[in-house]
Formats: sequence, structure tokens, C-alpha cells
Amino acid sequence: MSPLSLYGEIIASRLMLGTALYPSPEVMRQAVAAAAAAVVTVSLRREGAHDRAGQTFWTLIQDLGVRVLPNTAGCRSPREAITTAQMAREVFETDWIKLEVIANDDTLQPDVFGLVEAAQALSADGFKVFPYTTEDLGVAERLLAAGCEVLMPWASPIGAGRGLINPYGLRAMRAYFPGTPLIIDAGLGAPSHAAQAMEMGYDAVLLNTAVAKADDPVKMAAAFAKAVEAGRLGFEAGLMPERDMAQPSTPVAGTPFFDLNHA
Amino acid sequence: MRIVVNGQSLETDAATLADLCADLGYGDAKIGTALNGAFVPASRRADTRLRADDRVEILAPRQGG
Repeated sequence: MSPLSLYGEIIASRLMLGTALYPSPEVMRQAVAAAAAAVVTVSLRREGAHDRAGQTFWTLIQDLGVRVLPNTAGCRSPREAITTAQMAREVFETDWIKLEVIANDDTLQPDVFGLVEAAQALSADGFKVFPYTTEDLGVAERLLAAGCEVLMPWASPIGAGRGLINPYGLRAMRAYFPGTPLIIDAGLGAPSHAAQAMEMGYDAVLLNTAVAKADDPVKMAAAFAKAVEAGRLGFEAGLMPERDMAQPSTPVAGTPFFDLNHA
Repeated sequence: MRIVVNGQSLETDAATLADLCADLGYGDAKIGTALNGAFVPASRRADTRLRADDRVEILAPRQGG
């Protein structure tokens, strides 16, 4: 597969994995390994002084040897997202930020107005912003103008597992921004969804629930890794054009019992 | 004075954000801090004075999607 470059850095895997919802930290560690993920997402949350779960988690992540992409999950305003991003930059020692500004509790859809505002501020402050957005092309253009060099459109709502619910819109987005790294973030439920996104030419996929909530998360991580590789190779190989009518693959010339009189 | 830390009201004598983190027992824990919605870098906690009704956030690494 051709290499993936994000903000000038070569990333060894096109499958990015979340670290939440696993049955145990050990299963999470094994899933990240099975996925061969090079980037994992993390967050910041309130923690009591004597509850050192955060330190334990951070040590586990560091031992994975992968790059972390902190998120601003749960933030509902640009100000909350900007402050959370600033804290994440210090704690996780990275200027990468998966920018989420959430508009609605039921759909967890992005507040695209707040998203653009926060992306502008964070980009100006030196962050490398990975905005969780929709497939809306106008919003995408504003995010690029704000300084984003990567876009992360949803496939379907976070945790829904419904796959690419607007394949037309996602195909249009891929065609409209041929040179921009595009990562499908959220809503993938099955390895075939990941393969579909990669066959469309998406540069990578980011998922969490589909792996973490599988009966066997480690096996599912491996399944997604194979799907991402298959989809990418298929895209690079070039898919055949679809046709409305059948066309035989076996040569017609020399067909037995063929009679021109009955053709 | 009373302040709010991570959404919980508490009484404190801490003069600065650094004092508060130490009094609460965070020690050398890897944390990020904010005061009244604005980020406070670790290097500024000792200079950041607390006032009554201040709202402090103290965050630590956690799993994320």
C-alpha cells in the first residue's frame, strides 16, 4: 500500500483505533496490536486526586509505542473545545488534536459552526487539527481555510455502527478534495464498511465501538485491519466501472452449440 | 473560601492553583488544569491565585474514541 502522510508525517497504518469501551486494558492492548494501528485516540476527563487510573492508562498507552490523537469529546462550545485541546497538548505532549464540538446529544453530530470557529483558533495557535465533521462540502472548505490539512467526516453517528449512510455525499467529498487526506471517523460497524470507505479512496478510517464491543475485540481488530488493507489495495488497483447489463466474461467466440440462426 | 473543583463545591485555604493541586494530593500526577474555563499551563499554576467562587478543572488521561 502507498504510505499515508498526515501533516507531513508518514503514518504506518491506515486503521486508527479508539481506546475506550474495551472489556479490559489488556484486551485493548491486544486489539491495538492486532489492528497494527499506528494512531490511537485518547481523552481527558475529571479525576480525583487519589484515583490514579489516568496515570495507569497513560503508562499503558506509552507502552504501546503508537502516536496518540487526543480528542475533545463531549465539548459543546468552541471555548470548551479550545481549552480542552490546550490541556491535551500539555498532558499528551502532542499538537495533534481530534477536534469535536458536539451539537446534539442524540446524534452526537458536529456543531459545524462551532467546529470552524474552534479550528480557526487552534490552527492559529499551532495545533494540527483533525476535525470531526460531516460530509458537507461547504463546511469542509471552511475547515481547510481555517488551517486544517486533514478532514474527518462521519460515516454515521458515533457508536451507531450503521456504516456509510450517505455514500453519495462521501463519494462527492472524495472527488471534491482529491489532494486532502480524508479519514472516515465514526459510525463504522463492520469490516465491510471500512473496506467500502477505503475502496472509495478514503485515506484511513478511525473507529472504536465496532472493535471494542465485538464479542472478540482482538479478532475484530484483525478483521478491520484486513478490510482496510483490502479496500485500499482495491482503490489503488482501480475498480472496474459498473454496468447496467451483463457482459460475459468467458469468450463468446467458440461457444459450443452456438447457432447464428438462433442468435 | 469556597470554590468549585471538577463540578464539586469545596472549602480551601489554597492561595494558588499549584497549592490547591498539592493540597488535594495530585502530587506529580499527569494533569491538565483550567480556571474559570481558561487553560492554565503547569508552569503558571504557582502564579495563578484563587478567589472565592472560582471554578477549577483538573483533568487526567482517559480512554477515548
